[in-house]
Amino acid sequence: MWLLQRVTAAFLVLVLAFHFFLLHFYHHAFEITFAGTQTRMQDIGYFATMWLFLVTATFHGVNGVYNALVNQGISGTPKTAVKAILGLAGLLLVAQGTRVALYMNGFLA
Amino acid sequence: MSQSYNRGLVEDFSRWKEFSAGMWAWIFHKFTGWVLIGYLFTHIAVLSTAIEASSASSSAISEGTDVYSTTLTLLESTFVVRLLEVGLLAVAVFHILNGIRLLLVDLGIGLESQDKTFYASLVLTGAIIVASVPTFMAGLGGA
Repeated sequence: MWLLQRVTAAFLVLVLAFHFFLLHFYHHAFEITFAGTQTRMQDIGYFATMWLFLVTATFHGVNGVYNALVNQGISGTPKTAVKAILGLAGLLLVAQGTRVALYMNGFLA
Repeated sequence: MSQSYNRGLVEDFSRWKEFSAGMWAWIFHKFTGWVLIGYLFTHIAVLSTAIEASSASSSAISEGTDVYSTTLTLLESTFVVRLLEVGLLAVAVFHILNGIRLLLVDLGIGLESQDKTFYASLVLTGAIIVASVPTFMAGLGGA
């Protein structure tokens, strides 16, 4: 888990930089439209990158919150409950993000 | 593997002047991490308007009057949202720079100069934020 947290961090640095530059510097955020999003998401490489971005960001974030709470001193039942709740929240976020991405690229309609 | 560590009550303001650079780095890393995970959930919630937008007519989509486009346009025309975006960039940049610093310290590199690298992270974050303000404020109020 230590290694995975670092590996996802390295990936996120690169993809987050790409995401920021593309959607704030190349295209401006105020110019984003559904038509433009559809066009980008229909590119399989872009879609795959964004989906991996979602999964790694969710893992890194949820695992980071769990680590912070363990570091803070939770143990026993609260620790088990936090693990279950964060795991479920992460899965739901990835499920909803995937659903949204599939609507964006036209696979679901 | 995470371990617990008793740092005392961080919210006790009177202790703040006693904190070392490493303690501030730890506090800022936790704070920016909480903000970023909170933003991730919010971001997906906002982008979920794409589900309804996908059933809009092709003319509405090409004209940008679907709910996804209008929601993003409304948010981006709000000054507070633009300010929050700059704040989001600030927390993301600091979290990244401090994360790289933590990784190097974990690998045994630069432990003796960890306070200097923390200050460098803050200065670099500030510089990137100042440089990006014009881009983040572009197009606001029809400019």
